[in-house]
Amino acid sequence: MKTLEQTTDELLTLAARHFKIPREELAPTDDFYRKLKIDSLRALELITRLEHHFGIELPDYEVQGVTDFHTLASRIQARL
Amino acid sequence: MTAPRIHVPDKAKTLSWELKDGTIELALHHPPCNEIGMVMLADLEQFVAALRAAEGNARALIVYSRQDAGFSAGADLRELYAASLGLTPAERVAGARAFLERIHAVLNAMDASPLTTIAAVHGVTFGGGFELALACDLIIADKMTRFCFPELRLGLVPGFGGIPRLRRDAGNAVVRDLLLTGRSFNATKAMAAGIVSQVAAEGEALAVARATAAQANKFDPTTSAAAKRFLKPIPREELRREIDLFCELFERTAVMEGLRKFVENTGTHPYLP
Repeated sequence: MKTLEQTTDELLTLAARHFKIPREELAPTDDFYRKLKIDSLRALELITRLEHHFGIELPDYEVQGVTDFHTLASRIQARL
Repeated sequence: MTAPRIHVPDKAKTLSWELKDGTIELALHHPPCNEIGMVMLADLEQFVAALRAAEGNARALIVYSRQDAGFSAGADLRELYAASLGLTPAERVAGARAFLERIHAVLNAMDASPLTTIAAVHGVTFGGGFELALACDLIIADKMTRFCFPELRLGLVPGFGGIPRLRRDAGNAVVRDLLLTGRSFNATKAMAAGIVSQVAAEGEALAVARATAAQANKFDPTTSAAAKRFLKPIPREELRREIDLFCELFERTAVMEGLRKFVENTGTHPYLP
């Protein structure tokens, strides 16, 4: 079982890779909409990538209103 | 051997089609994400008329999108809202019913086509776009596809035949989950649910659809058409009831309020109750 810290780290690494942002520039408390410069459509793409990476389902209503990486990681953690 | 291309009428603005090696390819290219409003409806009607005329020369049909955002975001809600402003509830419903009758005629014609029909989808495949895909015999999905029926968020049900066609393909648990939560599914989940037949790598759905069409084209067309009629009956009675239910719900002022919030939302997050 991954720890929340491990899940957060994987999330940040995946986001950095797919949105071409240096990993060291991303922090758990960052607003991912602003940091990744994404709109709601790209956020949906991020959720799909996370579902494939972690082998889980992330229903939209569970991540609605979530804007920071740490909270998003906790939603993922709850589905692992 | 490459057959001559079908003539593409200049009037079709939101889509185009061509015939190649026995397969008709219908490309949707109406930015931002192939929203289905009056213009695309008219173009789809033109296509269906051409499809009937071309059926003797083709064995398969592929429907795909050239828009990066996805296959289709569904009905053009901004157009629907603008067209409904200032109308009485009865006038609003009459307009919606007329639109639904026309789009049902298009999707029923595609559903009943003797050709083997394939929706090659990617990205956003929501609402009416999902319903267009469900009218096809096979859905081949890019792994990044998202499927969703968001209509209940607006106080509506899908109106382009989505409920009967989804019920035809998927189990009740999945149908109710999709509709009653308004959540979206990825392609892997949709395949597990029996909605998608093949999942393709990113950007490869059209290539996989072409290979699938080439395989289907090897078979005797009379046999394929007979098998299709046997395997895939069109739920006409339920489709009619869906139009009635949509119109009954569309009459309520709460729906216009939901549409207004959606249309006027300019934030990063779409309006989602």
